[in-house]
Amino acid sequence: MTMRRAEPRRKKRRMNELLERALFRPYAALMTLVEVVIDPIQRLIGQRRMGYFFVLPNLLVFGIFILFPMLLNFYYGFTAGNSILPQNREFVGTANLEALFNCTDFANPNTCQHDRFWRAVGNTSGFVVFQVGIMVIFALITALALNRDIRARGFFRGVFFYPVLLSPVVVALIWKWMLQPEGIFNGVLVSTGLERMDFLTDPTQARLWVIIVSVWAQMGFHTLILLAGLQSIPKELYEAAWMDGAGAWRSFRSVTLPLLMPTMVVVLVLSLIRAVQVFDQVYVLTTGGPGTATLYMVQYIFQTAFDRRDFGVAAAASLVLAVVLLFLTLFQLRLGRTSEIA
Amino acid sequence: MAEQALKGIRAFLLRRQGRKRLTAADVVTYLYLLAGVGVMFGPVVWLVMSSFKSQASLYNFPPTFFPYRQETVTLPGYAEPLALYDITFADGTTRRLAQVSRVGIAARMIDPADPEGGLLDVNLREIQDRKPVQSVFFDTTNYSGGVESFPFVNYLKNSVVVTVLATLLTLLINSMAAFGLSKYRYRGRDAIFLVMISTLMVPISVILIPAFLVITQVGWVNNLWGVIIPGAATPTGVFLLRQYMLTLPDELLESARIDGASEWRIYWQIVLPLAAPALAVLTIFSVMWRWNDFLWPLIVLNHSELFTLQVGLNAFQGALNVQWHYILAMTVLTLLPITIVFALLQRYITSGIATTGMK
Repeated sequence: MTMRRAEPRRKKRRMNELLERALFRPYAALMTLVEVVIDPIQRLIGQRRMGYFFVLPNLLVFGIFILFPMLLNFYYGFTAGNSILPQNREFVGTANLEALFNCTDFANPNTCQHDRFWRAVGNTSGFVVFQVGIMVIFALITALALNRDIRARGFFRGVFFYPVLLSPVVVALIWKWMLQPEGIFNGVLVSTGLERMDFLTDPTQARLWVIIVSVWAQMGFHTLILLAGLQSIPKELYEAAWMDGAGAWRSFRSVTLPLLMPTMVVVLVLSLIRAVQVFDQVYVLTTGGPGTATLYMVQYIFQTAFDRRDFGVAAAASLVLAVVLLFLTLFQLRLGRTSEIA
Repeated sequence: MAEQALKGIRAFLLRRQGRKRLTAADVVTYLYLLAGVGVMFGPVVWLVMSSFKSQASLYNFPPTFFPYRQETVTLPGYAEPLALYDITFADGTTRRLAQVSRVGIAARMIDPADPEGGLLDVNLREIQDRKPVQSVFFDTTNYSGGVESFPFVNYLKNSVVVTVLATLLTLLINSMAAFGLSKYRYRGRDAIFLVMISTLMVPISVILIPAFLVITQVGWVNNLWGVIIPGAATPTGVFLLRQYMLTLPDELLESARIDGASEWRIYWQIVLPLAAPALAVLTIFSVMWRWNDFLWPLIVLNHSELFTLQVGLNAFQGALNVQWHYILAMTVLTLLPITIVFALLQRYITSGIATTGMK
């Protein structure tokens, strides 16, 4: 293995030297120039307080564009009106939240004042359960396959990862083209003598394909994390299990699974958090349709705010989403702690 | 000869490290992975193939894998090139004929090998078969026409500006913050870090409305800065870099201070080069996030001349729902840059993500 890699490694080192010379010199010149401005600041505030200085730019951007909006979101959630300007909004207390939860029967969105919200909640729940379930299973199988002693592992790893890099818009267009009525899937169906199908115009089919597409697009990322988890399991444990007479299945169940559990938890929670936020792919693929079959929470918030300009209800809905995400994050922290102890 | 080659291929496929034999589990593994190659690459290959089909053949149903072109022949006396067909007559003979004109089931055809022989009247009901003569042909007019009707270069420019500036800014302010949070002791440090970390999981979708308000107040609606700046202070990046910088020994910094280096010099000449692996990972993430970003630019940018590729592509497919031939070509052009980068840096990207495990 090391013998085979020796030659490319030398070549790589030469490349790195070249890169370093091309990149580092302008970088050093620029930074020396900046030094002229920043060193007086150090003289002014003293070396010990330079910590504040280094944190400041990031803290400013963070405060203005993330932290402040987070707090302001509560204000929007508790006010009404069509104006986005805070001073022109009327305080209505929990009226927006109450309106969202104004349902005579929560199982039936038609009985709700904001029926689209509850459809979005229902659709999102279904999507999260199936998308995460299917994706984690396939990611695990793929990671196990890639963890075996096989040829061209790097190539296969890259193949499964490639769709992760594609933008949601590109992913959606690729699949929209295949799923359209005259597309390749219907072509294959017709050439084998089967009936055509309405992939994106039938509600159940559309929901199914939205899940398939997002599994296709995101699976590689989770596969990589699981693969890293698998590779961190010491080989000696498998050897010990083998010496004790454990077969492949037994050593998978008693060595691989328990030791992979912490990684599995990370993958599960990361994919849950992403699934709850499903938006862009679906927006391009189905625009939430047919009807409201693939309308999810983020699209509901986006359209309520920017198409209907009902900022209060949209902000209230995003508070609900934030609570769900907070719950998932806490869940992850908790699970992370227990798996550390175990 | 062929047998020997087959043996060679077999030996190559079955050869493994340690010279073990291929087991059933290995075969299943390879079959699964090869199927995976088909599933993962297939849709993209299909897109690329489709993008080279002419507008007319794009709607042939059922579709063919390769793009085809109708073969034509130019004969003296005819201004337009004539389409070629293989006609199988009722008696079973097949002739290759060029079609001069056709009305309903009556076609007037001419034998290109014998143009002097005059026109033949062919009744399309009385023949067995009539196949257009086609050959594989990659039609690039979708690309040239698409670039004309879709301001691809402009969108590309916007996307590149956003991605490059945002990534540089992210690297700068995130690494500064990480340095300030990992190598100094001062009041409020841990509080700042905690507040940043607690927003790690807050997505832009949750704070859309107030974030948009801030952008309107700053005057950055329809301004690329409105896309670049807000995402630059990513908590993920600060967290990643801080954890990495904590592992750098403080003695290194102390000895530099004794040598008279200023804090800024320590930052750029010692800490940043040592944190290069973590910076590389953050660069990959930032480029990926920014290049593929959709929801936020969709809200901030309303003027089409400011659209990034993703927003532009979405508007294009929404406005011209039937112009698939252009959409396909433009989609290929949009995924091309990131595909090339990935092909070149595949090893670094996959191992970088595997070691930090985040997105």
